[in-house]
Amino acid sequence: MITRSAHEMSAAMVKGEVTSEQLTQLHLDRISAVDQQVHAFLHVDTEGALAQARAVDAARSSGEKVGPLAGVPLALKDVMVQKGIPTTAGSKILEGWRPPYDSTVVSKLKTAGVVILGKTNMDEFAMGSSTENSAYGPTHNPWDLTRIPGGSGGGSSASLAAFEAPLAIGTDTGGSIRQPAAVTGTVGVKPTYGGVSRYGLIAFSSSLDQAGPCARTVLDAALLHEVIAGHDAHDATSINAPVPEVVKAARSGDVKGMKIGVVKELNGDGYQAGVRSRFEESLELLAKAGAEIVEVSCPNFEYALAAYYLIAPSECSSNLARFDAMRYGIRVGDEGAASAESVMNLTREVGFGREVKRRIILGTYALSSGYFDAYYGSAQKVRTLIMQDFTKAFASADVLVSPTCPTTAFKIGEKANDPLAMYLNDIATIPVNMAGIGGMSLPCGLAPEDGLPVGFQIMAPAMQDQRMYSVGAALEAALLTQWGSPLLSKIPALAGSK
Amino acid sequence: MSLTYEDVIAKYEPVLGLEVHVELNTLSKMFCSCSTVFGGEPNTQTCPVCLGMPGALPVVNEKAIESSILIGLALNCSIAPFSRFSRKNYFYPDMPKNFQISQYDEPICVNGYLDVEIDTEEGIKKFRVEIERVHMEEDTGKSLHVGGATGRIHGADYSLLDYNRAGIPLVEIVTKIVPGTGKYAPEVAKAYVAQLRDILRSLGVSDVRMEQGSLRCDANVSLRLIGAEQLGTRSETKNVNSLRSVERAVRGEMIRHAELLNKGERVVQETRHFQEDTGLTRSGRSKEQAEDYRYFPEPDLVPVAPDAAWIEKLRASLPEHPSLRRARLQEQWAVPDKGWQQCLMLMLSTSLKKRYCWVPIQLVPVAGGLERYLASLMKAVLQLLN
Repeated sequence: MITRSAHEMSAAMVKGEVTSEQLTQLHLDRISAVDQQVHAFLHVDTEGALAQARAVDAARSSGEKVGPLAGVPLALKDVMVQKGIPTTAGSKILEGWRPPYDSTVVSKLKTAGVVILGKTNMDEFAMGSSTENSAYGPTHNPWDLTRIPGGSGGGSSASLAAFEAPLAIGTDTGGSIRQPAAVTGTVGVKPTYGGVSRYGLIAFSSSLDQAGPCARTVLDAALLHEVIAGHDAHDATSINAPVPEVVKAARSGDVKGMKIGVVKELNGDGYQAGVRSRFEESLELLAKAGAEIVEVSCPNFEYALAAYYLIAPSECSSNLARFDAMRYGIRVGDEGAASAESVMNLTREVGFGREVKRRIILGTYALSSGYFDAYYGSAQKVRTLIMQDFTKAFASADVLVSPTCPTTAFKIGEKANDPLAMYLNDIATIPVNMAGIGGMSLPCGLAPEDGLPVGFQIMAPAMQDQRMYSVGAALEAALLTQWGSPLLSKIPALAGSK
Repeated sequence: MSLTYEDVIAKYEPVLGLEVHVELNTLSKMFCSCSTVFGGEPNTQTCPVCLGMPGALPVVNEKAIESSILIGLALNCSIAPFSRFSRKNYFYPDMPKNFQISQYDEPICVNGYLDVEIDTEEGIKKFRVEIERVHMEEDTGKSLHVGGATGRIHGADYSLLDYNRAGIPLVEIVTKIVPGTGKYAPEVAKAYVAQLRDILRSLGVSDVRMEQGSLRCDANVSLRLIGAEQLGTRSETKNVNSLRSVERAVRGEMIRHAELLNKGERVVQETRHFQEDTGLTRSGRSKEQAEDYRYFPEPDLVPVAPDAAWIEKLRASLPEHPSLRRARLQEQWAVPDKGWQQCLMLMLSTSLKKRYCWVPIQLVPVAGGLERYLASLMKAVLQLLN
């Protein structure tokens, strides 16, 4: 049962083959059995999840109309605020904090009857590509426990690959949904900026952050997308327009006549051979399904990474200023005689990890008077150029595609002391955030040289998220036909699992 | 060897600059739906947004935008078709996010003026005070420093924080420098704040209670030798909590600056705090080294782009300007310039004696005698007129 897709689990509940309580218990058991090895979860809300499940079962048996994902369990990235449930964003500074309110995404999940199993591990404040920056220890990739599960949302994607949850919520600032999806053989979608409310998402970089669905199939991601998307009066940057019809697109999976643009700059040198070959094969499958493959060029993508590492740290240096021990989280050095300033300093010294401090320092510098125009100002101009590149490219293609990451999952510890090498992992995912458009990653096979999953990225214009689902569903169907069974059926069994 | 005011103005020309902070009387705060009522139990009017909880986001209060536009229009400003909020970054415990959301380089209203009149021995004099900008921001919380001698943070045993005020909409009205007031600088400053208060009250956008802090004035003063081109170093006096204090603070700072300059010392660019009891100011934060607030556009908010038709609708809804209304009534009632206040006084006392008007005469003894009662009535009537 736990290896099924979310919509299959939902169908089983509708038919009465299983209750939500049973399904939830199966996942809780699975977490107990394997999470010591995977470490996808920071907190498991056993009682809360079972109570939610029973409520859905009661509603269903009393004939109430429930949503398509009612009763299906889900793993929530720990950056998303849930009332009363410990929320740390992977940081020591928030240890012990129980939020007094629900994020909009959580409210929507609860309304839809989705069962929240617990909070998943992540790089501290979503800064990282490996989950190694979590203050609570790394998450391990279920494909190979010595490897990273991606980041920052490694906990969410690993929970899907380890069958601890069929659905998860991620957030994506520079690739934190898509890159973990790619390296764990799962599906992850970063919706158009403003498509999903950021209210209750602990901010890393406000102009780039976007929550989105993680799942094992394109249709599951679409179902979850429709649950969490939509205008929210609590988020001034939320788009006030109808949610794109992503479920419809995922069900049809029709790419006939669509133009698919291969971004010249996001391929070639620096991309692993097995990543490239799987990507090329996928293009052939899409062509066979009736799409036209064209090449597009986005010359300014070259500057995306540099500009990203000015904008994101600048915003984070301000967003993270609130963690000062005055109102919530840990407090260090308050022996009664210390000044507020020294308590703030000591708390931030102890509470933040190295990567977070590195970015706060970088951002503080970039925003300083006299440097602002050269750094933040120039980065914003690059951002405009990237948007223009996309606009031009979308004039000749309905969607753009690339490998999601240059390589498959690397070893834990391999890049921990080389931030630049780590940053390069997001080279293909960052342009999407810079332009505020949508991006999806779905598995397109295993790299022959290491047997690890490869991600295929699809990018669509703002508020045209349904196009990613059409293409993603078409590719997924073609690959399934070729493979005979889902990619995750090839994942090695974890010790202790049945 | 203390200087007299006459000594000061014989030698120096004062240059004024006034910054007035107005708490708007919107029902809810600038970026959340918490109540703005004054005087609640500490921290009872707070929510995740105004407490800066992780994940919480600001959403602009439309009513506050409307009030700001009304203020701008009443002060003859241009309303920016596109303005933005920025983040002003600095650490202080009364700021829940450790940044203040404020308008910086793109304020909502710019380039206005306010004409003020003062009554002098040479007759009524008119001065034009030019307005540089009117911008929106959020108020901070309040700190209460307990223990220690001064009630200041230094030397306190501990501090208490009340965030009820955090996030209350503030409008800051900044004048351009006001030269040419000569010896009347203190009176012009007072008249400007008084006139502004009248306008704000007539617009109904603020309680304008200086004693409660819903209208706060920072007075910037500098001196230069008469005839000199270059401006002197200014001081910025805060904590000026009444109209009378505005006048006293400006006068006091003029004398203090002149004493320093006469001794060949320099004026330090700093914030000073007005002391109500002595009428003097004491040194606050130095502004010699400009603090770096690392301003950048607030990414959680979209630009403010008021619709032109809406602005025109607001313009049409403006109440009669208090000074114009006074002038109109003065003309209609044929009241001579000088005798305006005395005349009102007379009208009231006459009506009291003749017992044929709305004045509840039984209240006179309770209010502490006829004179005080009349004074408070005067105040009420003037408020009505405004």
